[in-house]
Amino acid sequence: MHLGVSESMRECEYSQISTRSSTPMETPYKKRTPKKRKWESFPGRNKFFCDGRIMMAKQTGVFYLTLVLILLTCGLFFTFDCPFLALQLTPVIPVIGGVLFIFVLGTLLRTSFSDPGVLPRASPDEAADLERQIDVANGSTGYRPPPRTKEIVINGQTVKLKYCFTCKIFRPPRASHCSLCDNCVERFDHHCPWVGNCVGRRNYRFFYMFIVSLSFLTIFIFAFVITHIILRSHRSGFLNALKDSPVVVCFFSVWSIVGLSGFHTYLISSNQTTNEDIKGSWSSKKGKDNYNPYSHGNIFANCCAALCGPLPPSLIDRRGFIQSDTPQLAPPTNGITMYGATQSQQSHMCDQDQCIQSTKFVLQAATTPLLQQHSSEPVILTASHENGGTLPGRASLVLGGPCTSLPLGQPTPPTSTSSLSCHEPADMLPIHGHSHGLQEPVAHHHYLTPEEVPSPPGMLPCGSPMGHNHTIQAGFYDPASQDSLHEDSVRGLVKLSSV
Amino acid sequence: MTHSLQNLQQPNVSSKVFIQRDYSSGTICKFQTKFPSELESRLDKQQFEETVQTLNNLYAEAEKLGGKSYLEGCLACLTAYTIFLCMETHYEKVLKKIAKYIKDQNEKVYAPRGLLLTDPIERGLRVVEITIFEDRSVGSGR
Repeated sequence: MHLGVSESMRECEYSQISTRSSTPMETPYKKRTPKKRKWESFPGRNKFFCDGRIMMAKQTGVFYLTLVLILLTCGLFFTFDCPFLALQLTPVIPVIGGVLFIFVLGTLLRTSFSDPGVLPRASPDEAADLERQIDVANGSTGYRPPPRTKEIVINGQTVKLKYCFTCKIFRPPRASHCSLCDNCVERFDHHCPWVGNCVGRRNYRFFYMFIVSLSFLTIFIFAFVITHIILRSHRSGFLNALKDSPVVVCFFSVWSIVGLSGFHTYLISSNQTTNEDIKGSWSSKKGKDNYNPYSHGNIFANCCAALCGPLPPSLIDRRGFIQSDTPQLAPPTNGITMYGATQSQQSHMCDQDQCIQSTKFVLQAATTPLLQQHSSEPVILTASHENGGTLPGRASLVLGGPCTSLPLGQPTPPTSTSSLSCHEPADMLPIHGHSHGLQEPVAHHHYLTPEEVPSPPGMLPCGSPMGHNHTIQAGFYDPASQDSLHEDSVRGLVKLSSV
Repeated sequence: MTHSLQNLQQPNVSSKVFIQRDYSSGTICKFQTKFPSELESRLDKQQFEETVQTLNNLYAEAEKLGGKSYLEGCLACLTAYTIFLCMETHYEKVLKKIAKYIKDQNEKVYAPRGLLLTDPIERGLRVVEITIFEDRSVGSGR
């Protein structure tokens, strides 16, 4: 420690001598990187536009199809049917059509572009604290960690809260992890490829207004197109009239959209999500005493709450700037810690940096006196003998980076091609973290719909190295909170060695 | 480097306590009022409970379903939500109140005891993070 002090003192003198050109050198890390906004290092699989103001899912192809269909249908209606109808019947028809069209577009764009209620991932300190609590509660075993659930009672009903391994939080009730967007979303309804986004707490009312207004619009267009055809077929033939109108598109969409609106009206009036309805969580078939604890009692109150309730703010602060967070947990005996090191910057480092850092950490671990306080020290030393493939997995687990962002040549999930039906969420239980235990894969098959099973192909290479050393994982969670300060000490040591 | 000097000036963080959400009343934002054992040496149980209870009440006010919030919702719908370009939502107004309250509490109660409350909105409304700083009287770990 004295060595550290004298070394840093020497460094002080050195920088004083060469002040002519060295002012930027004192803080090389901070000056080199310009201020980034938080959306640029968002860990989920989302696309951002307009400097973070617009947020969508990764696959937006079907959304553009939706736009094209709506624009095409309305365009044909206004071009071919409206002039005739305005003259023959009343000019109010195109006006109403126009209003409906604008409302539909507005709600569609609002649904697609807004944050559905994404829950930000846990900070490393939080995750470590949770891990510690879970270990204490379960009695740390050397083997695979037990499935992580918490049971709570809400308004008389027992609800299980599941632990999300990607986001490292216990999911609030009604939240679910969307595997397509790789985010936990509050009050998750479903992932809708037609709007190119998840439907959750913050945009459910816009989604509902979109499908209801679209139902009215399609019925409106359908009705007046039929009227037009009938009126025109009095003059020219039936087939002539038919060829100019968007009847076919309308015909098919009317039934599906109206059906969907009806379904969601039912969901809103009973205050359920699509997910809950499909699983039958609150159906009376499961038991006589099974009821929905979230319902407000009557249909009117449920509708008001869903549609006119207060709009919660976005929790992910897309346009905020990344800045140094609250101070790190300090090492008790390390005077060379870089105090200004930023936790958020570290967690947003590219994964190759994480690999390098954690490799350095492992190699330097023996020289740092800190590890003598951890009982997991021998565990960490054995990890250094593993191949480099384990470390990316470990780094991503500890530092919260998703496995999917690893540079493993991950293809886009095959579910994208089959995603034309709206997805129900699959609860993201440990398919990519800890599914090496004998019992866990069996238990978790309940939660995986067939679409979800192939979804994280890129994650499996991350998951399988971890499968070889599950004994080490239990130990890794302890130094998770110390990881960032270990990196500090490593950086410090590296700096020392370079002086 | 100046970092060693900074170590002398700023207190070191000794640990962090996380107050988790209480979901027993449903999905509304509410935090557990259970007094964490790590704070026993620093803070009164009553003081802590009062802080958390006030926060819970403020969040309940933000999410309240009543005449005022319905009116705001309907008005917003009629103006196609463009009204929020010039006006804050009720929730945002209460969040500002909460930020002010937390700043106030930090200045009056927590900072003198070497603690720091972090606004839950910065942690996605998941936890109330309380940072415990090391006592200055103890050596800062040289």
